[in-house]
Amino acid sequence: MKFLRDIFDKVKPNFEKGGKYEKLYYPFEAFETLMFTPKTTAPQKGAHIRDAVDLKRLMMTVIVALVPCLIFGIWNTGHQHFIAIGEEADFMTKFLFGSKYVLPIVVVSYASGLGVEFLFAIFRKHPVNEGFLVTGMLIPLIMPATIPLWQVAVATIFSVVMVKEVFGGTGMNILNPALTARAFLYFAYPSQISGDVWTVLGDNAQTVEGYSGATALSIAYESGTGENTSNLIQAYGSFWQPDMFSIKSMFIGTIPGSIGETSTLMVLIGAVILLATGVGSWRIMLSMVLGVAAMAIGLNIIGANEYMNLPFYYHFVIGGLAFAIVFMATDPVSAAQTFAGKWIYGFLAGVLTVIIRVLNPAYPEGVMLAILLMNVFAPLIDFYVVDANKKRRLKRATV
Amino acid sequence: MSKIVRLKKGFDINLAGKAEKTLDKLDRTETFAIIPSNYPGLQRPKPSIEEGDTVKAGSELFFDKKNAHIRATSPVSGEVVEIKRGDKRKLEYIKILADKEIQFKSFKENSVSDITNLDQEDIKKQLIESGLWVNLIQRPFGIIANPEDQPKAIFISGFDTHPLAADIGFTLKGQEKYFQAGISVLNKFASGTAHLGLSADSEVPSVFSQIKDIQVTKFSGPHPAGNVGVQIHHLDPINKGDVVWTIRPIAVVWIGRFFLEGKVDLRQTIALAGSEVKNPRYFETIAGASVNKFLQGNLENEHVRIISGNPLTGQRINQDGYLGYYDNLISVLPEGDNYKFFLTEGWFSPQFNRLSAHRALLLFSFLNGKKKEYKLDTNMNGEERAFVQTGIFEKVVPMDLLPVYLLKAIMAEDYDEMEALGIYEVIEEDLALCEFVDVSKMDVQQIVRDGINLMLEA
Repeated sequence: MKFLRDIFDKVKPNFEKGGKYEKLYYPFEAFETLMFTPKTTAPQKGAHIRDAVDLKRLMMTVIVALVPCLIFGIWNTGHQHFIAIGEEADFMTKFLFGSKYVLPIVVVSYASGLGVEFLFAIFRKHPVNEGFLVTGMLIPLIMPATIPLWQVAVATIFSVVMVKEVFGGTGMNILNPALTARAFLYFAYPSQISGDVWTVLGDNAQTVEGYSGATALSIAYESGTGENTSNLIQAYGSFWQPDMFSIKSMFIGTIPGSIGETSTLMVLIGAVILLATGVGSWRIMLSMVLGVAAMAIGLNIIGANEYMNLPFYYHFVIGGLAFAIVFMATDPVSAAQTFAGKWIYGFLAGVLTVIIRVLNPAYPEGVMLAILLMNVFAPLIDFYVVDANKKRRLKRATV
Repeated sequence: MSKIVRLKKGFDINLAGKAEKTLDKLDRTETFAIIPSNYPGLQRPKPSIEEGDTVKAGSELFFDKKNAHIRATSPVSGEVVEIKRGDKRKLEYIKILADKEIQFKSFKENSVSDITNLDQEDIKKQLIESGLWVNLIQRPFGIIANPEDQPKAIFISGFDTHPLAADIGFTLKGQEKYFQAGISVLNKFASGTAHLGLSADSEVPSVFSQIKDIQVTKFSGPHPAGNVGVQIHHLDPINKGDVVWTIRPIAVVWIGRFFLEGKVDLRQTIALAGSEVKNPRYFETIAGASVNKFLQGNLENEHVRIISGNPLTGQRINQDGYLGYYDNLISVLPEGDNYKFFLTEGWFSPQFNRLSAHRALLLFSFLNGKKKEYKLDTNMNGEERAFVQTGIFEKVVPMDLLPVYLLKAIMAEDYDEMEALGIYEVIEEDLALCEFVDVSKMDVQQIVRDGINLMLEA
C-alpha cells in the first residue's frame, strides 16, 4: 500500500497548519486514519506498549454484528411486499426489491450524519469520532422501509446535533442517538412511522384479500375483544398468508416491521458476535431479558385482560424488543457504566418496556421509550453505585 | 501458613525476550549518572559538589532545598565530570567517571545485635546521611517518605508481575543476611507491621525462605498482583490521613548492607530484556550505570526503544543513557513509528500476534494461550478518543475502585471527588494496565500523576 501512503504524504502538507486547505485538516485526518493507523508512538514515560484494539475496530465489531439484521431486513422488505400483493418471487428478486428501498435509507443516514460530524469537526477543531459509524447503521434498521428519505435525513441531523454534539460529541451524550432519531420521527411525523407503514406496497399495487399490514404488536395491542391474544395474533395474519404470525415466523422474522428488527434469529446472531467479542455488555442483555420476563410473568399472574395473559416469550419475538436489548440498551455511552448499575439499568428497561407495551393506552411499542427513559436515569443509577463505593472508602477512614 | 489473597482481575502481558537466568559481569562501566528527575517528590535539587571534585561511594551529590531529608549520594567513587543543567538552570544530571576500584566513604558499622539496639532517630539520621532514605516511598502519592511521619505499616512486594520483569529471587540470590538486617532496621519504623508480599503461583525464592520478623502474605493472580499498591489495598488499605511506606527488596538489601558493613554499596543485579536484545540476561551492576555497555553489540537493530524500567511504567532513555535509580531492568522494544494499512496491519486486519485484552473483531490473541510470547512495538495502535467503552478498566484493576470515575474526577480537578474515589490508594503503576487496554488511547498514568500533583499542591 505504499502508493496510497505516498499519495497521503504528498497531499498532507496542504491540510496542515499554513496549508491551502488548513480548515479541512480534520476531515482529511479522518480519511487518513481510516486507511492507515497513525505512526504515533507511546510517550516517553508510561505504557510503551498498547493493546491492539482501537475505537475503530470496536465500532466495526458492532457494525459486523448488525450485518445479519441488515441483510435479512433487505430480503424481508421484498418478501413482505410480494406477500402483500400475493405474488411469488425468488430470493434474489425479493432481495433486489428490498435493496431498492433499504440501501437509500442507509446512504442518507450515513451521509447526513457524517456530514454533521464533519462540520462540527471543522468548526470545533476536533478529530472526527467513530461513534457515528454504528449510529448510522442503527438508524435505518429501526425505520420502516417506507419512510421518506428526507425524514431520515432530518431525524439523523436532529439527533446528531441535539443529542450528541450539544453535549460535547461522542462519549458525552446522555441519550442513545439512534433511538432519539426514531423517537423524533415518532412524535414529529407519526403518520409515516406508525400505523400501516411496515410493508412496501409499491405504486398502485393490489393487495391480497384480507391484508391489513398490521404488525403482531399492534394486533396484540388492539386485542381488546376478549379473545386470547396469542391466538388472535396467530389467527390474524393467516387471512392473507398461512402461518404469518406463528411463533416460528415471528422468531425467524418473516413478519412486517422495521427493517432490521423483525428477525429475532438474526438479532441472536448479532448478540453472539457482541458477546463473544466482549463488545456488548452481557450484564445489560441478561438483566433486560430478566426484566421483561419478570414483568410479563407478573402481568400474567394479574391477568386482568387478555393482553396481560400474553405468554412472556411472545414479547421477545414481536416488535423491536430483541433488537433493542442487543443493540440499543447496550450502547456503552448512554447506558449505565458501572457493573452494578448495568444490572439495575437493564432490568428496569425490561420492566418498563412491558409496562408501556401492555398497560399504556397510546404506544404499541414500548422498548424505545423505555430505553430512552432509562438513558436519562442511567447517570442517577451510576451516581448511587459510585456513592456506595465512596462510602465504603469513607467508612474505613479514621480522620 | 501464610495467608493467600487470590486476585482474579488483571492481565498478564507476556512479552518475548525475557532475561535468561545467567549472570554476566562486565567491566565496570566508565560513567555513572544520578538523575534528579528519577526521585519522586524531589522539588529543588542543589548540587553539593562541583565539576572536577572527586567523590567516594556514599558522598553527597545533591540535596533538596525544600526537603532536607532528600539527598542523593554517589553510587561509585570517581571524578564528577559533568553537572548538566537544562532550561531555567534545572539540574538534569550529575555524571561521574568511575574509578576502577570503588572507594567507599565509611559509615558506622553495626553487628546484628547492634541493630536491635539502635533507636529510630539514629536510624533516620544514618539513612538520610547515606542517601538511602530516598528508597523509602510513601503512600499516598508515591513520593519519598517524610521522616516526620510515623507509617502505619511498611510494605515490600517480593515479586514483580510487570512484563519482562526481573526475577527478584534471582537478583537477590545470596543476599539473605543483608535482607534480614534491612528488615530489622525497617521494623523500627512500622508502628503496625512490616509486610512482605510473595507470589502464590511460584516457589518462594531462597532469599525469603527463612525470613523473620515480617508478615508474609501470598498473592495469586495476573499482573498487577505483584504491585505493592494492590497488595496494600488488600491487606491494609490507605485512608485519608494514613501513611504507609513502601520499599523495593533490593533497597532493603542496600540498607542492610549499609548498617552491617558501614558503606553505601549500591551493587545490584539487573535484567536486560526485550525482543530486540540478542542475548537477554542478567548483569551485575550499580545503580546509575550507563546502559551503553550492556547494549553494545547486543541489539537486533538500531530502530529500537530503550526503556529504563519495564515496558508498562518505564522511562524512555537514549542508548547512551543511564539506568534509573529505582530500576532493575532495561527493556528494549521495537520502535513502532510506522503507518499501518488498515487491511494488512491496521484496525481492520486479523491479528494473532498483537496482544489484546479485548476480543473485538479479528483480534485473536485470546486463542493463543497464556504461554505465547508477543513481540510488541511502541505504536499506539489508534488515536486518542473520548471515553466510550466501559467496564474494561474495572477488569484489569484488582482494587475496589472505579478507575474511570477517578480519572474523570482528576480531569475535572475535583479534589473532593478524587479523595472520595481513591486517589490515596493509587500511583501510576497501579493503573498502568488501564493505559495499555484503553480503547480511547489516553495517557492514563499521566492523568494519575497530574491528580497526585494536584493533591500535593492543595
